[in-house]
Amino acid sequence: MSDDTQSVPDDTQTVPGDAPSIIAFDGVSKWFGTFQVLRDVDLSIGAGECVVICGPSGSGKSTLIRCINRLESHDRGAVRVHGVPLGPGEQLPRELRGKIGMVFQSFNLFPHMTVLRNLALAPMRNLGMDKEKAEETALSYLERVHIGDQAEKYPDQLSGGQQQRVAIARALCMQPDILLFDEPTSSLDPEMIREVLDVIFELTDSGITMVCVTHEMGFARKVSDRVVFMDHGEIVESAAPDTFFDAPREERTRAFLNQILHYEASA
Amino acid sequence: MIGLFRRPWVRSALTNWVQPAAIAGILVFAVVRGAENINYRWQWYRVDEFLFTTENGTWAAGPLVQGLFVTLEISVLSLILTLVIGLATALLRLSSSVVGRGLARGYLELIRNTPLLIQLYVMYFVLGPILGWGQTTTAIACLAAFQGAYTSEIFRAGLRAIPRGQVEAGESLGLKRLDNYRYVILPQVLRNMLPPLTNEAVSLVKNSSIVSVIAIFDLTTQGRNLIADTFLTFEIWLTVAAIYLAVTLALSTAAAMAERRRAGA
Repeated sequence: MSDDTQSVPDDTQTVPGDAPSIIAFDGVSKWFGTFQVLRDVDLSIGAGECVVICGPSGSGKSTLIRCINRLESHDRGAVRVHGVPLGPGEQLPRELRGKIGMVFQSFNLFPHMTVLRNLALAPMRNLGMDKEKAEETALSYLERVHIGDQAEKYPDQLSGGQQQRVAIARALCMQPDILLFDEPTSSLDPEMIREVLDVIFELTDSGITMVCVTHEMGFARKVSDRVVFMDHGEIVESAAPDTFFDAPREERTRAFLNQILHYEASA
Repeated sequence: MIGLFRRPWVRSALTNWVQPAAIAGILVFAVVRGAENINYRWQWYRVDEFLFTTENGTWAAGPLVQGLFVTLEISVLSLILTLVIGLATALLRLSSSVVGRGLARGYLELIRNTPLLIQLYVMYFVLGPILGWGQTTTAIACLAAFQGAYTSEIFRAGLRAIPRGQVEAGESLGLKRLDNYRYVILPQVLRNMLPPLTNEAVSLVKNSSIVSVIAIFDLTTQGRNLIADTFLTFEIWLTVAAIYLAVTLALSTAAAMAERRRAGA
């Protein structure tokens, strides 16, 4: 399933190193009505790997990662997560779902709970932790994202960057093996993007597999093991960041990079 | 001089106290003058015996207070039933079942497009005898059926107002479906619904006066009977109106306080 050696190098099937694949897409297609949002996607991600997915809006990036934690179901092909094969319409076992954390573009914190309770709720309900233990764990993760002093506040009392860091800490509290980021900085004011990206960067040596949809190309270059470029629902190119940015193979990738790097390069 | 009226505290005092007091004064003056013109003889001193009586040195509720208790009993019981009907209808309307949606829709249109008085007559004279319901049961069922239709729209709006992302966040944390509803969705729905729900409760108390037509001794019936006995038309109706006002204002105040506590919590 992984490490297929072929005469023509095809990075989409290659997992760097010897890591076994923890997420695998095999010929996955999906339609919204008559619109095909995923076209025959093959992708394998190794345990501990950090993969950035980029591409123009509407290219299917978000849908792809939402198929991993089954917020979306695919219509054709197979997805394997943690070795569990998932056909169209199939759901993950719930205990496995909690092991796949997700950070959303719009944070999705629970507005009627304090920050601490946002973090402690799921571990108390699902990991069988008592309140004291759950809140202790929650606090330690809040400190890890540098906002231990905001525990008693409500989400709307925090800045966007702080809210997103709370959301990351909330996902970490379930001790996930996989973290999915769905454009985590896209709804942030520019001056707050850095603090969130820093926190994500600090997670790279935690051993958690990370899949991040983002337009932050500087971040992708610095943090990721691999960059995947999607367009019109298909994976166009998948390569190590240096190769991807300095020597993109596909014309479409070059066109995309030209468009979004235009200002970054001149700045 | 003009500048004085621009000052914030003067303006707020004007709108909060002076204006209402002036309007109230004009209204009272108009009623008193009007009554004088038709030679109405005010006998307010007779009203307190209709509220409370003292027999053998102990206090007892007069007819108006007894009527108030009946009104409150009917209102509270039908409010509970209203919430049940409202939530059930809202869930049916949001469900994927075609029959369920049709049923809820039909009920809603039937209730909203016929007069409450006619609904009460149909229930009392047609359904009541068939089902063997007494006056009070009929009254409670009728009021709840009426208010439930409107309340279901509030529940529906409240449920739909919760962003999809909230459900997804709960799901992605691995919360069980029931936990997700209990801890994430419903508390937010209830918080959003408190103001419109208060309006429904107030409407319910007011609409309950209609049960006087099926010989239930509620506040309105008691008032009408007293007038038939004593001819104190002005005093009794004004007192009855004031009692309704006191109940509904107490309801709104309690709701406003609950809302503020949640907002500040």
